[in-house]
Amino acid sequence: MGYIIDAVYFLTAAIFIIGLKQMSSPVTAHRGIVWAGIAMVVASLATFGAPDISLDVGSINLQLMIVAIVAGSTVAYISAKRVAMTDMPQMIAMYNGMGGGAAAAIAAVELVRLSAGAESHGLTIQVLAVLGAVIGAVSFSGSAIAFAKLQGIMKKTMRLPLHQIINIGLLIAVIIFGYLVATGAPVRFEHVAIFFALALVLGVMVTLPIGGADMPVVISLFNALTGLAVAFEGFVLNNAAMIIAGTVVGSSGTLLTQLMAKAMNRPISNVLFSSFGSDGGAAAEEEIEGSMKEIQANDAAIMMAYGQKVIIVPGYGMAVAQAQHKLKELGDLLEARGVDVKYAIHPVAGRMPGHMNVLLAEAGVDYDNILDLEEINPEFPTADVALVIGANDVVNPVARSNPDSPIYGMPILDADRAQNVIVIKRGKGAGFSGIENHLFYADNTQMLYGDGQKAVSELIAGVKALQ
Amino acid sequence: MIEGLPALYIFMLSAFTGYEVISRVPVILHTPLMSGSNFVHGIVLVGAMIVMGQAEGVLQLTIGFIAVAMAAGNAVGGYVATVRMLEMFQHKPKANAEGAK
Repeated sequence: MGYIIDAVYFLTAAIFIIGLKQMSSPVTAHRGIVWAGIAMVVASLATFGAPDISLDVGSINLQLMIVAIVAGSTVAYISAKRVAMTDMPQMIAMYNGMGGGAAAAIAAVELVRLSAGAESHGLTIQVLAVLGAVIGAVSFSGSAIAFAKLQGIMKKTMRLPLHQIINIGLLIAVIIFGYLVATGAPVRFEHVAIFFALALVLGVMVTLPIGGADMPVVISLFNALTGLAVAFEGFVLNNAAMIIAGTVVGSSGTLLTQLMAKAMNRPISNVLFSSFGSDGGAAAEEEIEGSMKEIQANDAAIMMAYGQKVIIVPGYGMAVAQAQHKLKELGDLLEARGVDVKYAIHPVAGRMPGHMNVLLAEAGVDYDNILDLEEINPEFPTADVALVIGANDVVNPVARSNPDSPIYGMPILDADRAQNVIVIKRGKGAGFSGIENHLFYADNTQMLYGDGQKAVSELIAGVKALQ
Repeated sequence: MIEGLPALYIFMLSAFTGYEVISRVPVILHTPLMSGSNFVHGIVLVGAMIVMGQAEGVLQLTIGFIAVAMAAGNAVGGYVATVRMLEMFQHKPKANAEGAK
């Protein structure tokens, strides 16, 4: 029986890894989570037969266990089904906190057992149990705060005077009591209780000063931490599935946290310690809000391929790069996927009226899809993506908003009103007129740097990879 | 038993695997993937069940109960949330509503 269960755990770990791999591509993602789900169910059922627990059918342990599983599953199922898609991040925080709490609780049971005089499995195991307990407890209480903030239960970012110093003091206290528990022979119950209380408070204190906008990154970090806690408790329980799955989540979660922070243009250190010495400097940047965010070609390709409507805004840069044939190829690929593709031509695009239309027609773009300023502008708000390639001043929103700007009053293409804007650009310089383009700094804009023709080729490759 | 050096090897190789598996994920999948890996550490349910099965006395049983309930919540909630998000990426039917103009 033991061998069969070990084999099940082994397969579970393998399927989790394959599932995660599949989840990193939109084509296979759904299959990945379903496989992982099946593995989870099988592993849980197998555990009922594990030799470590040898349950009697009538035992209180088994009865309560089934009640706990049903209760936890039902609450989570209903809440996950009902919640609006916009509220998903805080639900992830909550489920993640539950996992961290479960890992900490596993450690708690083990440590309480030791304090009740059970035989220790050695110093290493005790140290790992304590490490997993700290990480799990911090993840649990921290995720609870994250949930409260995103849910709007807790609105403000709270900061006590000397917050950082208090946190360091708490951390030291946690380390001291963790040391006492880990090396205790026998373990003293009071130490265990104080240790867990301190770890929970630490999680709260670390998360309190972090603002709501940074929460997705923080939740991702707690997710990685929970994985690590699960792995440590897996060592304590000598369970391969927990060790492997937990470690994989710990490392992939860490990388994911970095990727998210990068996509949001916020270093992780800024997120965690942002409360210190921020403010100021905001006014210095001459009223340009936000910052330029870079996007990779395959991300941009996926964004367009899964959109309903894409408006392509070509400019002089596209003509210079001779990218129109590639652009047409990209448009055809997107249309083949059911995306509505339009081309928006500004009257002075290419600095010669009609220049762009000619270039596009030469490449074989259907005339019906090439629209000029008045026709296309009302359509931008309904577009999922506006792809700006080699155009600059003709999409600069200051022409609408800033009377002091030299191009104020010039009719522009309202690319900034699209849901997402992707700008293909050779470098970070200003446009023909030398005016900083506020569109590039907008929240919904992402920059794809590179030569026009090469960038579009990469987009084509990205879209093709999805088939 | 998994302990000593083999344990360290498992830990290291799993860590590299996790890193490798995620390294080329597009931005739009960041949130679903975070949710998916959130589901994967729901495997803590297995550990919670083992611990609860061995629990003796009211205190251990209570903590074990909390562990199992939370772990089950992690697994089920993580799964449902991930599936719901990924359903938005199922390929849409061709939307050729050109009649507007």
